[in-house]
Amino acid sequence: MRAYLPDYEMITAPSLQGALEVLARGEFRPFAGGTDLMVLFEAGKLSHHKWLSIWGLDELRGIRVEAAHIAMGALTTYSQIQRDATVQAEFPLLIEAARLTGAIAIQNRGTLGGNIVNASPAADSPPALLVYEAELELVSCVGGKIVSRWVSYRDFHTGYKSTLLKKGELLRTIRLPRTLGAEKGWVQHYRKVGTRKAQAISKICIAAAARVEGAKITDARIALGSVAPVPMRCLKTEAYLRGKDLGLAASWMGEARAVIASEISPIDDIRSNADYRRGVTQNLLEEFVKKLSSGSTR
Amino acid sequence: MSKSSVAKRVPVSFTVNGKSHSLEAPAMARLLDVIREDIQLTGTKEGCGEGECGACSVILNGELVNSCLVPVIQAQGAKITTIEGVAQGDVLHPVQKAFLECGGAQCGICTPGMVLASLSLLEKNPNPTRDEIREGLAGNLCRCTGYMKIFDSVARACGSQQ
Amino acid sequence: MRQTQTVGRSVQRKEGREKLTGQARYVDDLTFPNMLHGVTVRSSIPRGRIKKIHFEHGVPWGEFTIVKASDIQGSNHVALILKDQPFLAEELINHCEEAVVLLAHPDKHLLEKARKLVGIETDPLPPVFTIEEALAGKQIIWGADNVFKAYRVEKGDLDSVWAKADRVIEAEYETGAQEQLYIENNGMIAVANPQDGVTVWGSMQCPYYVHKGLLPLFNLPQEKIRVIQTETGGGFGGKEEYPTLLAGHAALLAWKSGRPVKMIYDRAEDMVATTKRHPSRTRHRTAVSKDGKLIGMEIEFNIDGGAYATLSSVVLSRGTIHSAGPYFCPHVRVISRAVATNSPPHGAFRGFGAPQSLFALERHMDHVARELGLEPDEFRRRNFLREGLTTATSQLIREKVDLSGLLDHALEKSDYHAKRERFARENPGSSVKKGIGFATFLHGGGFTGSGEKTLASVVGVEATPHGQVRVLAASTEIGQGTNTIFSQIAADALKLPYEQLEVAQPDTAHVPNSGPTVASRTVMVVGKLVETAAVALRDLLIGAGLLPAEYSPEQFRQACAGYIEKFGQLRANSQYKQPPNIEWDDEKYQGDAYGAFSWAVYVAEVSVDTVTWETHVDDFVALQEVGRVMNPILAAGQIEGGVAQGIGYALYENVVWKDGRMANGQMTNYIMPTSMDLASIRVFFEENPYSYGPSGAKGIGELPLDGPAPAILNAVENATGLKVRKIPLMPEVLMQEAKRGAHV
Repeated sequence: MRAYLPDYEMITAPSLQGALEVLARGEFRPFAGGTDLMVLFEAGKLSHHKWLSIWGLDELRGIRVEAAHIAMGALTTYSQIQRDATVQAEFPLLIEAARLTGAIAIQNRGTLGGNIVNASPAADSPPALLVYEAELELVSCVGGKIVSRWVSYRDFHTGYKSTLLKKGELLRTIRLPRTLGAEKGWVQHYRKVGTRKAQAISKICIAAAARVEGAKITDARIALGSVAPVPMRCLKTEAYLRGKDLGLAASWMGEARAVIASEISPIDDIRSNADYRRGVTQNLLEEFVKKLSSGSTR
Repeated sequence: MSKSSVAKRVPVSFTVNGKSHSLEAPAMARLLDVIREDIQLTGTKEGCGEGECGACSVILNGELVNSCLVPVIQAQGAKITTIEGVAQGDVLHPVQKAFLECGGAQCGICTPGMVLASLSLLEKNPNPTRDEIREGLAGNLCRCTGYMKIFDSVARACGSQQ
Repeated sequence: MRQTQTVGRSVQRKEGREKLTGQARYVDDLTFPNMLHGVTVRSSIPRGRIKKIHFEHGVPWGEFTIVKASDIQGSNHVALILKDQPFLAEELINHCEEAVVLLAHPDKHLLEKARKLVGIETDPLPPVFTIEEALAGKQIIWGADNVFKAYRVEKGDLDSVWAKADRVIEAEYETGAQEQLYIENNGMIAVANPQDGVTVWGSMQCPYYVHKGLLPLFNLPQEKIRVIQTETGGGFGGKEEYPTLLAGHAALLAWKSGRPVKMIYDRAEDMVATTKRHPSRTRHRTAVSKDGKLIGMEIEFNIDGGAYATLSSVVLSRGTIHSAGPYFCPHVRVISRAVATNSPPHGAFRGFGAPQSLFALERHMDHVARELGLEPDEFRRRNFLREGLTTATSQLIREKVDLSGLLDHALEKSDYHAKRERFARENPGSSVKKGIGFATFLHGGGFTGSGEKTLASVVGVEATPHGQVRVLAASTEIGQGTNTIFSQIAADALKLPYEQLEVAQPDTAHVPNSGPTVASRTVMVVGKLVETAAVALRDLLIGAGLLPAEYSPEQFRQACAGYIEKFGQLRANSQYKQPPNIEWDDEKYQGDAYGAFSWAVYVAEVSVDTVTWETHVDDFVALQEVGRVMNPILAAGQIEGGVAQGIGYALYENVVWKDGRMANGQMTNYIMPTSMDLASIRVFFEENPYSYGPSGAKGIGELPLDGPAPAILNAVENATGLKVRKIPLMPEVLMQEAKRGAHV
């Protein structure tokens, strides 16, 4: 343990309202399941010292199924996500992401909200959330009242480790529109590349979905992790794929690969290198297209 | 304790292996350190301090957690099981017995965490397949066994639990 | 079979119950009254001169115990083979993690703060980071030529073969560093003062190495130094020589403060500052006849020793001797060197040089076979060693060895031929390429050459009036099963039930020096001493007329009680005697390198996903002949664990170096295999008892590290056609190879 413990303070809040009031004062920052922050803390690299534990706020927990959406409390853990029947049936990319985050003990403590707010470009759930066009509810306390605003997750990450979240704001809800079910003709695909099969930090992570009518791709959503400063939607690649005939994939695959390579900005780091990330991203796209061609669903 | 480094302490209480404990600790002290140093149950081990190896696993309110990643204040009111609470007196739990019979423990440092991870797995899935065992133990690293004898141990424990 | 016989049976681990219930006490579980914690302040540059050390404001320095090199009263060197490594750097810095200042304080949190406030001002000197740079000699960082040790093995007349050879095939191979990654980090507690001397408790493999290291540091008589091994959470070589340094540090702080001092490394410090497996480079130049016989082998084998000599000469020796493998070749030359670089010293790691040189050899054997148009198994069969032939050091094989038979069995268990055919048929239509490959190898048990004779190890066996028998040895239990196997051996020798036996905690005040717990020697060499000491103890009772030749445990108990009443103590010792016919020439590096070899064939089946270029080991067959198998479950556990480390060595474990420092010193970023990465490891033993081992046992511990890496890369080549000659084979490397179009 390399942190100097006396420098740190942690308090708890009895309610969301109380938590927001504390956060509004600006001194304390929220602390959820600790699976990222405790690692920094122990390495002596946690620069902020005053923390508000929100772990006990049960109102931020749980999954609510509505007609058009599912709404997940920010403190919903990866384990809870994996156990939910609706998520299992309609949001397989999120199930996969949850299953591949750390291992059981991490999944029991790591929260979806924490994963989003921590804003690591290598996190496992953001690509899935991007494909599902998640919406985030951000709440704060203004004049003793809880004020909420909704933002599109696609706009949430504004740069490396920076987000739309303002000081005093807390992520309350992650809402996913129920629009991508298999019965609506969408094929979904998730793959995390981390060299080992568990407890890995991704080198590249893809979540993708496409609608195929006949042999034609009529719509596509592709999101990637670990290949840019932020988790990203590949809008150019999506546009390129729309209207493409899968029967002719061999003729346009090279171009599709070039398009996705042009969209990403991978780097060399201690886990991998830019060449590998670029090459594998292209391969993952090709694998996804092949899956569309073979008509398999997942 | 030196006067120069007095961390602010807060009261915390929880139950460990059925016994209640009330103590004062820095709010952000790791549950791992409180269990090992304040409660003096040293069966819970530190392997990496970053939630990677699982040697510090304990069961907290029915869920397997890495105690190195839990600030003690978040364990307020919790029910905690450590390795010391697994056997009933001198009678080993079937999982412990199976580890002994199948060679699931070698150097023993990952063993407490591995046993708790196995218990937690069997709690949720009393009859896991070998692949489910592999997935259930993926957060507990063992450098001695290559895991094969651990898989055997868990498989045997399911048999003997029934 | 006698009812009490335990050798050959899977009796339960002696200390298993304590380990399973959390009662086993490791060093960090111990607390002493009035104890301080200690930390190390390290250099931050790879090479340079210390100008000044300053202590910045921010902590009450008056409360701290501070030790620098100038505080050392004895000799500031870690006694091992050479005297080049200091406990604390005084003037010169030779690697990034060199210990410079030690701090102790009751509050471990404050210590961390203080550690950051010590400034070491330096004048940097140009560093050397690679084997090539070291050999080029532009910067001399050690001795006259940066070479810690060089060997030359000459068998036959190699220079005469090149002209006669039908083919000469050359290639170069490379292996990376590997972290031992025992799950218990290094740790030590010391109590030290002029009256009582120095006592240390800690995690270690070799109590008498630590003892030897502390003598000159404190300049005290032998009996004033005491070393006690606590339960040890894995070693794998990583706790062979390093604990001496840490024990010295804890003891220096304890001596100066007059209080017990505990030093426990955290994972990050353990990974970056302690030893790793030596990186290596090997060049093979091989002469073969067109009928597939080896006629000449020229092997150049170089390893990176890091900043100090430590054990590099011995690692180099084992790697050198194993470099020509289990093959007969009439003309062999091996030229090998261990060189200095400015990285932390590389050290002992299970296999000890052999995994490096055998990786090169077994990849090369596949390469040569292909060049000759022979199947890899057929080419090897034509060249296997057998009884009556000689190794590269001209050691005559006197035992019965049937490598062809072992190969048959291993290929059968793995369904090698059918799979090779099936994969060749099915791979073209799939993005996942499957492959199967194998390696054939040997590992010598015990110290090399005259090493065991020099060690002259001793084991004691003593009994209480209740007939309880204790084995006294400095050989440590580090997970591999020493307590269990020693108890089995002594129980059988004394015809007593296993439960009546125990093994004393290694404590240099109470146990004789049975040598270090290394080199696959604990069962084969020390176990034999346990057996002979136990027999000697029984003979004492028989000789005293207290015990008949055939007896029950109860009669044994009565005899012990009677003997102790009469003579006060019942104890017998046994000292190593070299088996006959062992001749070793240290000058020429020729002769009987090892008393016995273990032999093995490992087969790896892999899938290479060409989307990600990740390789997964789908099935692994490890078949070996290790003499008598003492405890089948423990033995299989040793092999499985070793294979798992070998799979990590081959595919996952990449030490990323940045200016002589490990940049990925976290378990998150240096990735060892998880349970999801290891699917199936199947272990098979064939038994051919060794006359001089206890009940016929040979060495087993290191063997399983030698085979996996080459078997896996041979399988990857079979799957993809890509000829990678370097480990770890990270997917990044494989993708690059594929891009380069290095297909056959």
